[in-house]
Amino acid sequence: MKILVAVKRVIDYNVQIRVKEDGSGVVTDNVKMSTNPPDDNAIEEAVKIKEAGKAKEIVAITIGEEKAQETVRKALAVGADRGIHVKVDNVIEPLAVSKILKKIVEKENPDLVFMGKQAIDDDCNQTGQMLAALLNWPQATFASKIEVKDNALEVTREIDEGLETIEVNVPAIVTCDLRLNEPRYASLPNIMKAKKKPIEQINASDLGVDINPRIEQIKVEEPPKRKAGIKVASVEELVQKLKNEAKVI
Amino acid sequence: MSVLLIAEHNNKEVRPFTYNAITAASQINEDLHVLVLGHQANEVAKSLSEVPNVKKVIHVDNEIYENYIAENYTSAIIKHAENYSHIVSSANTFGKNLMPRIAALLDTSQVSDIIKVISEDTFLRPIYAGNAFATVKSNDKKKCITIRPTSFDPADKSGGSAEITKSDPAEASSSTKFLKKEEVKSDRPELGTARIVISGGRGMQNGENFKLISDIADKLNAAIGASRAAVDAGYITNDHQVGQTGKVVVPDLYIAVGISGAIQHLAGMKESKVIVAINKDGEAPIFSVADYGLEADLFEALPQFLSELNKLNTIQK
Repeated sequence: MKILVAVKRVIDYNVQIRVKEDGSGVVTDNVKMSTNPPDDNAIEEAVKIKEAGKAKEIVAITIGEEKAQETVRKALAVGADRGIHVKVDNVIEPLAVSKILKKIVEKENPDLVFMGKQAIDDDCNQTGQMLAALLNWPQATFASKIEVKDNALEVTREIDEGLETIEVNVPAIVTCDLRLNEPRYASLPNIMKAKKKPIEQINASDLGVDINPRIEQIKVEEPPKRKAGIKVASVEELVQKLKNEAKVI
Repeated sequence: MSVLLIAEHNNKEVRPFTYNAITAASQINEDLHVLVLGHQANEVAKSLSEVPNVKKVIHVDNEIYENYIAENYTSAIIKHAENYSHIVSSANTFGKNLMPRIAALLDTSQVSDIIKVISEDTFLRPIYAGNAFATVKSNDKKKCITIRPTSFDPADKSGGSAEITKSDPAEASSSTKFLKKEEVKSDRPELGTARIVISGGRGMQNGENFKLISDIADKLNAAIGASRAAVDAGYITNDHQVGQTGKVVVPDLYIAVGISGAIQHLAGMKESKVIVAINKDGEAPIFSVADYGLEADLFEALPQFLSELNKLNTIQK
């Protein structure tokens, strides 16, 4: 089996987000960037499947500006075999991302496509499902457990009510939840080795897909701030405040 | 211009967030139709026809809709899509799984997780775990939208009498098979809609200690939440997780116990009306959003909290 894993470069999850004063977006200059956290789970799962002898090749792909390559390089350092970087200059919407991924899938013919369930920057949670629709492939979203069977996957999904298990035939799209596995760290020798692994660069404009934005971002603002609270000295005081001041119990 | 809302239900009852989504959908346009895809879900269709905001219910009955197989749902929804300007659902795991599949087939860029309807094409939505709010305008002819249910009040459930029309099923997918659902049954209120939520974090140290939380939850008729750290550590199951990648809750009272307050957790609870934090680390970020902070060892504070509650003559339910 061949697995394509899509990874995205986002502002690191520990960074305190600052909104630009002109309302045009959030500050990204001189801000630490990392791989979108559930995308790390997607790579890890692909590597585990390969280590179990059930996959032959893992291709990591990212779509973004020049520096987005770093995320592919990181994927190569933990076990992906080669990389693809589709270059775009601006931020593009999940619909456009899924159209680009469809072109790459048609070229690469993977059996599985893995990615994180959601990017922690735009919080859209769309790309995997959209790609599945465009390819007319089955989708298994929010996966917390994947079992590889003959030409099928048994996937346990995290849903609001608990867990759901479905079986999808291969080829399929899986979007990964954070509890799917524990992503490994790259060892120094593997980071060095990854530098020699190939990353193919493709210009999005050469793929012949419409990636123009459909959604106008009118403004970005800070959410309303909460009024500062107080510290209470004892449990007794807390209960009295909740009863008599906040009147919630 | 009409809006089509995809109902979430378990074939017997309407799932509560559908009513919140109805409120948002009818703010987009009053001509709101609801699509019920289900297996022997007549009661669901009937309940929704009684919602005053609903103008029409379309009911498709077939065993292929017994579970939420996105592939099967999508082909049925696409069949009806041409009559509508907007297709909407809740932004919970139901709608998040389903809506992008529909949007892609309609060549529409979806607007996810809206918290306010500004006009029929302009919406407010949180980005970066709620650390920024974006006002966005959709220029697609047909709009696909998911609604953050806790940002809208549930619609009135009775007094209406919308027409129910039956419609034929669409084709079923042969490549996805439902195997099982492990639903966690509880007599407590649902986390997403509870008036009071009490949550535990890594500070709880193990699953048994959640008993301290559940005793208080029983007393307050509260739902039990958890931080991602507590779920990852196996103290409690994933359906309790509050945060950016878990559930977003907006209760009247949110009590965070042994939770440091990572950005990802705050994203799921900071809109709560009153927030209480109990943590022994006075510098924990959770205190920055708490209305009432108690710097204390939770293993002493929680039993005291329960005994203080027991002293009260009345407790609001």
